[in-house]
Amino acid sequence: MTTRIVELRRGILKKNDELAAGLRASYGAAGVLVLNLVSSPGTGKTAFLERTLRDLKAGGARVAALVGDLETDNDARRLAASGAPVRQINTHGICHLDAEMIAKHLDGWEGVALGGLDYLFIENVGNLVCPSSYDLGEKIRVALLSVTEGEDKPLKYPTLFNSADAAVITKMDIAEPCGFDRELALRNINEIRPGIRIFETSAKTGAGMGEWLAYLAGERAARWK
Amino acid sequence: MHELSIVTSIVETVTESLTAYPGARVKEVRLRVGALASVVPESLEFCWGIVTAETPLAGSLLVVNVLPVVMRCAPCGVDVELDGVQSFRCPRCGEPSHDLRQGREMEIDSIEIDEAEETA
Repeated sequence: MTTRIVELRRGILKKNDELAAGLRASYGAAGVLVLNLVSSPGTGKTAFLERTLRDLKAGGARVAALVGDLETDNDARRLAASGAPVRQINTHGICHLDAEMIAKHLDGWEGVALGGLDYLFIENVGNLVCPSSYDLGEKIRVALLSVTEGEDKPLKYPTLFNSADAAVITKMDIAEPCGFDRELALRNINEIRPGIRIFETSAKTGAGMGEWLAYLAGERAARWK
Repeated sequence: MHELSIVTSIVETVTESLTAYPGARVKEVRLRVGALASVVPESLEFCWGIVTAETPLAGSLLVVNVLPVVMRCAPCGVDVELDGVQSFRCPRCGEPSHDLRQGREMEIDSIEIDEAEETA
């Protein structure tokens, strides 16, 4: 019997990464800006996205959303009230979305073609660990954090925050009663992901939404520079 | 907890690579996992025995080599290694950086196999 070392040097998530690269190319060809929203359960991703979809639509943009959830379609129904096309992805216990799920749900989405969209939002399953490993081909990964969660969340989940392109603090309207230490939260986010753009928002009052929408418009325009 | 799907993916990849070595027995599978890869080596090892049972990888050992984060420090003009993942500042000059050169890897490095005897 001969013992042999075989060099493989293969990415463990190679299949996902290849699919995601294909998705990224098709988003680029269609000219749609794709964002992947990641946070803990209860941060307010859906409320933030509801507001974003509504405001973008009011400004004449063509928007759509894919929503990941373990079981229900509650979030999709909430988001559909904005008038934007919304498709639910039920993962049935899987703790993250992957590129294959996205490809499958983009395929045969009635009335929606990537080429007819300006923005596509992907609301990931509420989880700050597993979604960080799975590229969905997005241009911008957004990490959300609410004022009720504790300012040290970025330190506890460095992988997710470090891989993010933008950070959104939600529920700023209740920051004061929650004793939210704004300076500390900003410092912690910057410690884990130096230089990241941070938006302080309230979906309820609309605070910070103007800055967020301007950022989206800028990122979309930058695609053709 | 996505370690189970990660282990399943490793087993699939290794099994595919074994087609070049018919009858081989896998002794060891070596991974390179970055400190920022968000997988827990202990959880991978825990799943390993269960997932590999009744596959050509049954009885093999999983070895996880964890790689520290390495980032480029522009002012120092060199790549620096970080102690942990709680701060992304250059240990020499204190400047923050997001120019990572290592730390997100998640790959199968190599496998050690016992090849089957050649039949004459």
